[in-house]
Amino acid sequence: MDIQFDDGVKRGRFSLVSWLASRQAFWVLLAVVVASIFLSFATNSFATSNNLFNVTRNFTFVAVVALGMTIVIITGGIDLSVGSVLCLCSMILAVVMHEGYGIWTGIAASLGTALLIGLINGLLIAYLEIPPFVVTLGMLSIARSLAMVASNNTVVFQFGPDHDKLLYLGGGALLFGIANPVIYTIALALLTGFVLHFTRFGRYVFAIGGNEHAAIVTGVPVRRIKVAVYMVSALSAGIAGVIETGWLGAVTTNLGAGMELQVIAAAVIGGANLAGGVGTAFGGLIGSALIEVIRNSLGLLGISAFWQGTFVGCFIILAASFDRIRNYRLRP
Amino acid sequence: MALLELKNVSKHFGAIHALNDVSLTLEGGEVVGLMGDNGAGKSTLAKIVAGNFRPSHGEIRMEGRELVMHRPIEARQHGIEIVHQDLALCDNLSAAANVFLGRELRRGVGPFKVLDYPTMYRRAGQIFAELRSETRPRDLVRQMSGGQRQAVAIARTRIADARIILMDEPTAAISVRQVAEVLNLIRLLRDRGIAIVLISHRMPDVFSIANRVVVLRRGRKVADKDVASSSPEEVTGLITGAIEHAL
Repeated sequence: MDIQFDDGVKRGRFSLVSWLASRQAFWVLLAVVVASIFLSFATNSFATSNNLFNVTRNFTFVAVVALGMTIVIITGGIDLSVGSVLCLCSMILAVVMHEGYGIWTGIAASLGTALLIGLINGLLIAYLEIPPFVVTLGMLSIARSLAMVASNNTVVFQFGPDHDKLLYLGGGALLFGIANPVIYTIALALLTGFVLHFTRFGRYVFAIGGNEHAAIVTGVPVRRIKVAVYMVSALSAGIAGVIETGWLGAVTTNLGAGMELQVIAAAVIGGANLAGGVGTAFGGLIGSALIEVIRNSLGLLGISAFWQGTFVGCFIILAASFDRIRNYRLRP
Repeated sequence: MALLELKNVSKHFGAIHALNDVSLTLEGGEVVGLMGDNGAGKSTLAKIVAGNFRPSHGEIRMEGRELVMHRPIEARQHGIEIVHQDLALCDNLSAAANVFLGRELRRGVGPFKVLDYPTMYRRAGQIFAELRSETRPRDLVRQMSGGQRQAVAIARTRIADARIILMDEPTAAISVRQVAEVLNLIRLLRDRGIAIVLISHRMPDVFSIANRVVVLRRGRKVADKDVASSSPEEVTGLITGAIEHAL
């Protein structure tokens, strides 16, 4: 019996090439690599350490939030509030530090706010069964308004005694000239990938997106998992907010406006399916990278920035039709 | 002593009496066909045994001891498993992941536990071999035939030592050849001493595999007899109400 089973496993193995070819993130990675190689030759300015430093750092803010968004999307949900939550968390951090508190107090207050907002989103979605689109649309409005209330709609650019620490956190380069945000992003992506693949929580996230009813009847704590998922999403927005504040050195109340759409675009380009059940941490990361490479390259090539939306939009549609195209090719 | 005994079980939803004073016993190694028209109370009865509902009146006893269950997980802990009509499978997960859904094996220390993929694959493979199914643990359920999907759903009942399995319309939506496969699976489980409640509309299935047939009509039990002493005609009459009560 065991021999038969082992044979079955061997027969079931795909070759590495066909496995890669079936991964959307792989094709997006390929697009990023090809675009980068092209830009290195086509422009003098792309492959400079300065520009690469900027590109790798710029994409991190979207990427960190895209990691949380990917988890939400895998459960079949959506979180439209992330841009506003990022702004509110930045503002809480800024206001607390401006009042003279230390950086750790500021970060604790900021991430605490994020978790609280995620908790509210999650409870409304999981227990009152209000559609996530509606709940997070409401929170999009609420969080930005609260950011205005917290700052009286002013720009905060003085962060008290730990001012320099905060700027180093977001703007410095700890290792080999790699921007700090890049290191955080890679660490968070590895953590997200690990959680999705190797933990029971991750398994349940996929199960809920695949067939929520099945998850319920097999005893998966669907509601608790959903609450946790929206808390993770808000937390990722909070973390991105803290890092972005450190980089920008100032917080305005329109920080992160419209960011939710960029983040969703990144997740979808990276292979997350808005119908639920499919997505990877690496996909969220690489989707964000592609968007930033597009943005950067248009500038370097001297093409008007107005074209950016067209390119990103085409990639979104291409990404969403990836499965269709692949199935069409495989059809006899 | 009966493996499972329902004593005068009723279930009301507001003014609706879904089940009225139903008593039933179940022994290990027997297959009981549970039949009735839509709304007769089959699903309600199954959900009470599976721990989804608590009875409004009456009691459930397992080997003489009273069972009070609040959640499906408690029914499982007592060795009662249900195979849902829609199979409750996640298409995006592997066969092994579906078999262990909600009961994942993990390894590690303290709070640092990771999914134990090797053991789950191996165990799922053993169960499929035991069920004589060609299903491979790593395959995605999305790519499977109806019969293989049934095997995955039934394999779930084998990871814990189930003693009672409720099967809700397992042959309703599959091909003739696959029906034979599923009936073979049921025989296999029966021969291991498991009690099986087969909820079905399909007369030939019940008469080919069940020892006993129980008929519900409008929430009441109107028949409970050996298949050998009944006939499809009689059962049809009992389901529709043409025959008031079994003799």
